[in-house]
Amino acid sequence: MTKISSAEAKKTPAWLKWLNTVLQHGDRPWNTLLVAMALLGLVLIVMIGLMLWNSSGEARALTGLQFLIPTNDANWDPVNNNFQAWPFIYGTLITSLVAVLLAVPMGLGVAIFLSELCPTWLRTPIGLLVELLAAIPSVVYGLWAIFVFLPTVIQPLGAFLGNSLGWIPGLNIFFDGSMSESGASRLAAGVVLAIMIVPTIAAVSRDVFIAIPHAQREASLALGATLWETISRVLVPYGMSGILGAVILGLGRALGETMAVTMVIGNSIEGSYSLLRPGYTMSSVIANEFAEAVSQIHSEVLIEVALILFFMTLILNAIARLLVWSVARRSPQGTR
Amino acid sequence: METTQASPRKLYIHQSRPRYGWRKFTNVATLVGTGLMTLVAIIPLFWIVGYVFYQGSQSLNLAFFTKTPLPVGMEGGGVLHAIEGTLLLTLVAAVFAIPPGVLAGFYAAYHANTPLGTALRFGTDVLSGVPSIVIGIFGYALFVKPFGTYSGFAGALAMAIVMLPTIIRTVEEMIKLVPQSMREGSLSLGAPEWKTALKVTLPAAVEGIITGVMLALARASGETAPLLFTALGNDHFEVGSLVQSGLRSGKPLPMVLWNLLAQPVDSLPLTLYKYTQQPYPERISQAWGVAFILMILILAVNITARLVVGVRASKNRGH
Repeated sequence: MTKISSAEAKKTPAWLKWLNTVLQHGDRPWNTLLVAMALLGLVLIVMIGLMLWNSSGEARALTGLQFLIPTNDANWDPVNNNFQAWPFIYGTLITSLVAVLLAVPMGLGVAIFLSELCPTWLRTPIGLLVELLAAIPSVVYGLWAIFVFLPTVIQPLGAFLGNSLGWIPGLNIFFDGSMSESGASRLAAGVVLAIMIVPTIAAVSRDVFIAIPHAQREASLALGATLWETISRVLVPYGMSGILGAVILGLGRALGETMAVTMVIGNSIEGSYSLLRPGYTMSSVIANEFAEAVSQIHSEVLIEVALILFFMTLILNAIARLLVWSVARRSPQGTR
Repeated sequence: METTQASPRKLYIHQSRPRYGWRKFTNVATLVGTGLMTLVAIIPLFWIVGYVFYQGSQSLNLAFFTKTPLPVGMEGGGVLHAIEGTLLLTLVAAVFAIPPGVLAGFYAAYHANTPLGTALRFGTDVLSGVPSIVIGIFGYALFVKPFGTYSGFAGALAMAIVMLPTIIRTVEEMIKLVPQSMREGSLSLGAPEWKTALKVTLPAAVEGIITGVMLALARASGETAPLLFTALGNDHFEVGSLVQSGLRSGKPLPMVLWNLLAQPVDSLPLTLYKYTQQPYPERISQAWGVAFILMILILAVNITARLVVGVRASKNRGH
C-alpha cells in the first residue's frame, strides 16, 4: 500500500468532480439501468403481442372473423388454404373447463386443509409435496399419462361414463361415441390438466386464506359457528375475490398448457363434441404443425391461433392478478 | 367448561337449532373431506415419481449417458446429446436472464408503490402466464426466421424469457427480507446507492436469491414448448467431438463455442417428447430413462432449495 498524503488525496481532478456531480457518484447510471430492466418485462409483453399481430396479417385477412365462429363441419386444409379454428378453440375451452371443474374443489380442499386444519409440523412437508407436483415437467406428465394413467383410469372411466350418461338428452352431446382404445380423448386431457393445475389453485388460495385476519375466525367461532361454518360462511366469502383469482390463474395455465395435452388428446379434428373422443387444442395444433407448416400462409394461420391464445391468457391473467391483489390490499397485515 | 355449562347451553341450542347434530356431522365430514382431498391431490406425485423411477432405472446403463443416439431400430445408444444440450441451453439462458432479472427485482423491491413498480410487478405476473408455446413462436419469429436457421441461441433466449418472471419475483421477495436499516446504514456512511445494493443488500440476500434462481432454472430446463421451434433438436450434438473438429479445422476457440449454439441443439424434454411420438419400443424405454434423469435433476434441485430456505427461515425465527 502506498501512503497518500492528505493534500494529495483532497486534490481530486476537476473533471472527475464534475463527472461525479453529473452522475451522482454512479447512481444516475445505476437508476437508469434499473428503470431500463424494469421496463424490459413490459416491453417483452408488448413485443410478443405486436410480433404475433404483425406476423399474422395475411392470415387475418384471409380467414376473417369466420375463423372463430362455431361450426359443426370445420375445415382445416393447409393445402387448399381453408382454415377454421373452431375445433381447436372448442378443444381448449372444454378441456380447460373439465380441468377447472375437477381442480377447484380439490385445490380449495388442499388450501383449507393446509391453512386451517393441518398441524404445524405437517404443513411444510405437505406444502413441499404439492409444490413438487407443480415442478414436474409437463412432458413427464404426458409420458406417465400415455402409458400408465390413460389405460388404467381414463379408458375404463370414459367407457363407464359413456354407458351411464350417453343416453341422457342434453348430456349426450358430451358423452356419445365410444371411448377410444388408447384412452386418448378430451376427457384424458381435461383430467391430466386438472392434476397439473391443482397445485396452482391450492398454493394461491392457501396464501389468500393465510392473509385473512385472525379476528374474522375468532369472531365467527365465538358466535358458536363450527369450524366448517367459519370456513364456508366467513373465510370463503371474505377471500372470494382472491379465490376467484386463484381459479382464473389455474384456468390460464390450463388454456396454455401444451405438451401434456398434445400427448394425450389424440390430435384429431372430428365433428364430434364428445369428451370421449379425441380432439385438438389451440396449443397442440401449434406444437404439431408449426415446425412442418406446408406454406407461408399455413404458418401465419398458426401464428394467428397463437395470437388468440395469447390474448385469452393475457386478459385472464390480468383479471386474476387484480383480484388476488384486491384481497391482499384489504387485509391489514397482508404482505404481497 | 362443558361440564359446568353443558345442560343450559345444550338445551338452548337444541331448542333454537334442531340441527345441532347435523351441524356437528357436516363439520367433521367436510373437514375430513379436505384431508382426503389433500391425500388424493398428492397421489399422482408418488404415482409418477415411483413409476418413472421403476421404468427409467431399467433403461439406464453407461452408454445411455456417454453415447449419442443410434439410428432407429438398433439397440443401444444414449442421450448424451440431450444431456449436454440441456446443460448448455440452461446455462446460456441463465446468463441472459439473471442480470436483467436481478436488476428488475431490485427495482420492484425498492419502488413497490410507484406507478412503474406496480406496472412491473403486474407485467411480471402477466408474463409468467403467457403460454410457453407462444414464447416459442416469439423466439422463432425473432431469432430463427431472420437468421434462417434453428439455433441454440434462439432456444436459450426463449428459455430466458420463460425464467425471467420467476427470477424477478424471487429477487424482489428476497431483497424485501433484508432489513431496511442495513441499507440506511450504508447510505448514511456515504456509499452511493449502487454500491449499497451490490455490496450490502445483495450479499445479505444472496442465499435466497441463489435458491430461487436454481428453482427457476430447474423449471425452465424441463420446458419443451419454447424449444420446439427454436432449438429444434439435433441427434448429433456432442460438445466434445464438435469442439475437437472445430479446433482441428483451425478456428479459434471462441468461434468454435459460438458455432456450438449457432446450430440446432437438443434437450432432455425435447428428446423425451420426440421419442414418445415414435412407435419403437426401444425408443419408448429410452424415453423413460430420459424422464428418470429429468426427475432426478428437478427433485434434487427442488428438495435442496426447500431445505436451504427452511433452515434459513428457522434460523431467522430464532433471533
